[in-house]
Amino acid sequence: MTATIQHEALRKAIQRKRIQDRFFHITFLSATFVSTISLIVIYVTLGLESFNFFAHVSIVEFLTSTKWTVLFADKNFGVLPLLNATVMTSLIAIAVAGPLGVMIALFLSEYVSSTTRSVVKPVVETLAGIPTVVYGYFALYFITPNLLRTLWTNIQIHNALAVGLMIGILIIPIVASISDDAMKAVPADLRLAAYAVGSRKSDVALRVVFPAALSGVSASIILAFARAMGETMIAAIAGGFRSVLTFNIGEAMETMTAYIAQVATGDAPHGTIEYQSLFAVGLFLLLITAVLNYIGIKVVKRWAIRY
Amino acid sequence: MSESSAPEVVRVEALRVVYGSKIAIDDINISFKRSNITAIIGPSGCGKSTLLRSINRMNDLIPAASVSGRVYFNGVDIYSKDVDPVYIRSRIGMVFQRPNPFPFSIFDNVAFGLRVNGFKLTKDELYNKVKDALVKAALWDEVKDRLDNHAYSLSGGQQQRLCIARALAVDPEVLLLDEPTVSLDPISTARIESLLRSIKDEYTIIIVTHNMLQAARVSDYTAVMMPDDDMVGRIIEFGETRGIFTNPRDKRTEDYISGRIG
Repeated sequence: MTATIQHEALRKAIQRKRIQDRFFHITFLSATFVSTISLIVIYVTLGLESFNFFAHVSIVEFLTSTKWTVLFADKNFGVLPLLNATVMTSLIAIAVAGPLGVMIALFLSEYVSSTTRSVVKPVVETLAGIPTVVYGYFALYFITPNLLRTLWTNIQIHNALAVGLMIGILIIPIVASISDDAMKAVPADLRLAAYAVGSRKSDVALRVVFPAALSGVSASIILAFARAMGETMIAAIAGGFRSVLTFNIGEAMETMTAYIAQVATGDAPHGTIEYQSLFAVGLFLLLITAVLNYIGIKVVKRWAIRY
Repeated sequence: MSESSAPEVVRVEALRVVYGSKIAIDDINISFKRSNITAIIGPSGCGKSTLLRSINRMNDLIPAASVSGRVYFNGVDIYSKDVDPVYIRSRIGMVFQRPNPFPFSIFDNVAFGLRVNGFKLTKDELYNKVKDALVKAALWDEVKDRLDNHAYSLSGGQQQRLCIARALAVDPEVLLLDEPTVSLDPISTARIESLLRSIKDEYTIIIVTHNMLQAARVSDYTAVMMPDDDMVGRIIEFGETRGIFTNPRDKRTEDYISGRIG
């Protein structure tokens, strides 16, 4: 009698658990689905509008012409001025964030106690949490007039240098955090081995930990570069909307992202070439960063060390 | 062959090592002679490795560790204020339990110590020192044609001999080995034991092992460590290896080497 009741209770419990299991399976699946679907929708939308754009503009002109005058009466559709501005500002940013980020990582992983590290690391990571609009006007109203103007008197008020420097500060945490993780993953017995042959702390940091963590450090640099290329607000506020091909970092330049922000916040009517150009530039940027991420993963795999 | 007339290179007096509030080893008095291999044996947790690490000041790297007593290296107290632990470690080399080569080439692994110690060497001198170390570590014949290969392409036993070569390259006087064959197969173990015997004339070798047969095979002197009732490691017997194994004075030594405890 009791055995049957218990059996029945168990059967119901199992049934309930089964439904619960299915419920969570579907919930988690949907969450994953949303993010995957978003990516597909973004690519498809950009692709479709870009298709309309390239019906009017040849890809050769887009990739080789040195003039981008889409918003003017005499229209030229060469993306090079925008690409150049993006690459220049991102290179300046990496020149700032690469060395600083790696030095911070070495300091956090090799020179401070784990207690200090647990305080300093979140503080460094806060840099990435500051709204980028703050960085933007800080570059425009502080860096350029107070700092750059004293050293370089005829620098334009909107210029690529300030944008690059500011993005560099923004992406320091990406380099520092990922590099620090890679350095912390270097086995402790490699450090002991180095000390045992008479290494000093700097030898251990520079000759053992840094080379052993090189794949992670490279990954951090590539990811940070991709992030720099995608940064919009700083470029839009402090870079100026001047789509001219120049290598003078003291001049105003318009990055791909700044162009998109400029047109998207303006009044380009749906269906016009100005409107479509947004998507073409967006798709181009997306493809570049996708390739960059792919290279990053390849680099990491090729250099990865299995301890 | 033990050489009792050989000079004493390392002498430990009244050594005590404390981790936090726990005494790991206490009242350690022992000396180590040149051209001899001394084995430190004893059960797990008896403080063998702690003793070894206090001889080249590797305990300094453990923040909670504190050392009292004296460790003399060629008559100089290595814990006195004016002694640089980095200097001590370049004169007293160490090999660890698990092979831990750097993720570099075979050559760069052996050359590492020479480079960090700032020796001004020509390319040829560097090559010759690397070669000498690899010959002593009985690895040269196996790797001479592939010095640029990654160290991780070597087998476990080869990696451990590479680590021995790395330690020998900086020309230390003392070589400390912390259970160097514990992760290796019997053939690799035998190779390392025979290389240790072949180089012992030039060095003072101290090997920690919990393999009593290994101690019997390679060492001239043996120290037996045992934790007391408070789990504080102490040396309970020290003497010529033959005597320890054939005629132990301490009952616990007899029990340990006959396999009744440990």
